[in-house]
Amino acid sequence: MRTLGRLTLVEMKLFIREPITMFFTFALPLLFLFVMGGVFGKMTNGGAGDFHGLSAMAFYTPAYIALVLTSVGIVGLPGHLTGYRERGVLRRFRASSLSIWRIFGAQGLVSLVTAAIGGILILVAGVFVFHVSLPQNPLLVILAFLVSALSFTSLGLLLGAVLPTSRAAQGVGLVLFFVMLILGGAGPPPEAMTHLMRVVGDFTPMQHAVTLLQNAWLGLGWNWMEFGIMAGILIVSLTTATLVLRRNS
Amino acid sequence: MNKIVQDPTKVIQVENLRKSYKDLIAVDDISFEVSRGEIFGLLGPNGAGKTTTVECLQGLRRYTSGKISVLGLDPAKNIGALRRRIGSQLQDSELPQRIKVWEALDLFASITPGENGWRKLMKDWDLESKANASFSSLSGGQKQRLFIALALVNHPEVVFLDEMTTGLDPVARHIAWDLIKEIRANGTTVILVTHFMDEAEELCDRLAIVNKGKLLALDSPLGLTSKYATNVKAAFSYDGNELPSLEDIPQVKKVTRNGRTVEVEGIGSFVSLMAAKLVSHGIVPNDLRTRQPSLEDVFLKLTGHRIEV
Repeated sequence: MRTLGRLTLVEMKLFIREPITMFFTFALPLLFLFVMGGVFGKMTNGGAGDFHGLSAMAFYTPAYIALVLTSVGIVGLPGHLTGYRERGVLRRFRASSLSIWRIFGAQGLVSLVTAAIGGILILVAGVFVFHVSLPQNPLLVILAFLVSALSFTSLGLLLGAVLPTSRAAQGVGLVLFFVMLILGGAGPPPEAMTHLMRVVGDFTPMQHAVTLLQNAWLGLGWNWMEFGIMAGILIVSLTTATLVLRRNS
Repeated sequence: MNKIVQDPTKVIQVENLRKSYKDLIAVDDISFEVSRGEIFGLLGPNGAGKTTTVECLQGLRRYTSGKISVLGLDPAKNIGALRRRIGSQLQDSELPQRIKVWEALDLFASITPGENGWRKLMKDWDLESKANASFSSLSGGQKQRLFIALALVNHPEVVFLDEMTTGLDPVARHIAWDLIKEIRANGTTVILVTHFMDEAEELCDRLAIVNKGKLLALDSPLGLTSKYATNVKAAFSYDGNELPSLEDIPQVKKVTRNGRTVEVEGIGSFVSLMAAKLVSHGIVPNDLRTRQPSLEDVFLKLTGHRIEV
């Protein structure tokens, strides 16, 4: 436990020392929230049938929390892990009993902490600036948040385990991030998207995290299907990532 | 696979170790034993199989066949228990770029319960002034010293050092050698992988010469030279034409003349006999020098070529 604690602390510091990841996790989602708030903030409900009939910001606030989770998992983490592989850091860690599980555990804890900070920033801005109502069911929102955060972290670990170089991992991570940003529920309202855009959007993990969070937030109940998808991504990614790293070591 | 017959006085036992890849045999039937408190060296050129061998011993690589026992444990089975008792300095491994020196030491120390002696290690290995420097800002020598310190941070019973002085300047190398001797004096067994002849000669109690996956010879440095490189070389300058026939001295093997320089190779006491003969002929060279056989000669004799760095 002591070692996991130390490793988590070190990984936390490494995260903070990486300005690009910091920007994507804390600043960019907030920036988009304010941009979208500036554009749609005055619309109280979907008169034109937008946003599933919700107020724009009630729709976007959970979506930008999901964007924080996407960023935590997809932007920095794959390149970080691939760099560890490339530069022999994993080998060095392993030789000193810092196993893959400890490394994954530390990454998971760092993700949860950073995601929580980023998520709270969005929540505070949504509630105080755009007068979004607080979640109907806070416990379900927290549960949805935890599952989604760990799910995106696992996805990031999987990308980091399979992509050949840290350059590739950074590139793929950024492309996925922007695809999800635009089509995954944090971009244009679904009603404004073409059929094809919606189909692609449905394939992004973020879309499912957004729906899971929104449903819990807006008191629409627990969406078991979306939960199943997030849990599935978590289990499959984590298992595959572990197997791949074990085999290549 | 039969279990190895344990010998409690041996810290490491390796029997018929083989490691093969698809089209390459990296380690070809290597056997050796290491006693507690020894500095044991594996000497050979790059690609000889030294690193593969010690990586199998540290459980970082699976081996194809053979038997290994390290501290009575099989690295393929009890790796968790073994890792807490050994220290590793690996080739081609790094740390996260932005980790600080003290953070790395603190992290690696946390693996051993109650361990907080890393500050002394930081001082011993001259890293105190770099405590707050990030890994990527360190010079090659500083990184290397940090890796050695990390290998020692859990007070290992056996420490594996793979090319530990690569990248160190001459002064730092000698300091490293003294510190390694000190570690051994404290009871730690040291496995040293190196391609530096002088390092092997200076530090190792016993030495395995490895080339192309095979163990060619195993003995103390002195034992190796007296067995495989018996020829002493002597050289002096001589301006005259007529040289007394030094070949008549039974211990002399070979005389070559190259301009003013005369080179003589022989065994045993030939230098004294040769000098006496020269003096009796009125030749008193003032630059007579001799070179004792070295590991370099051993390696040349065993492999037919010089070690390539």
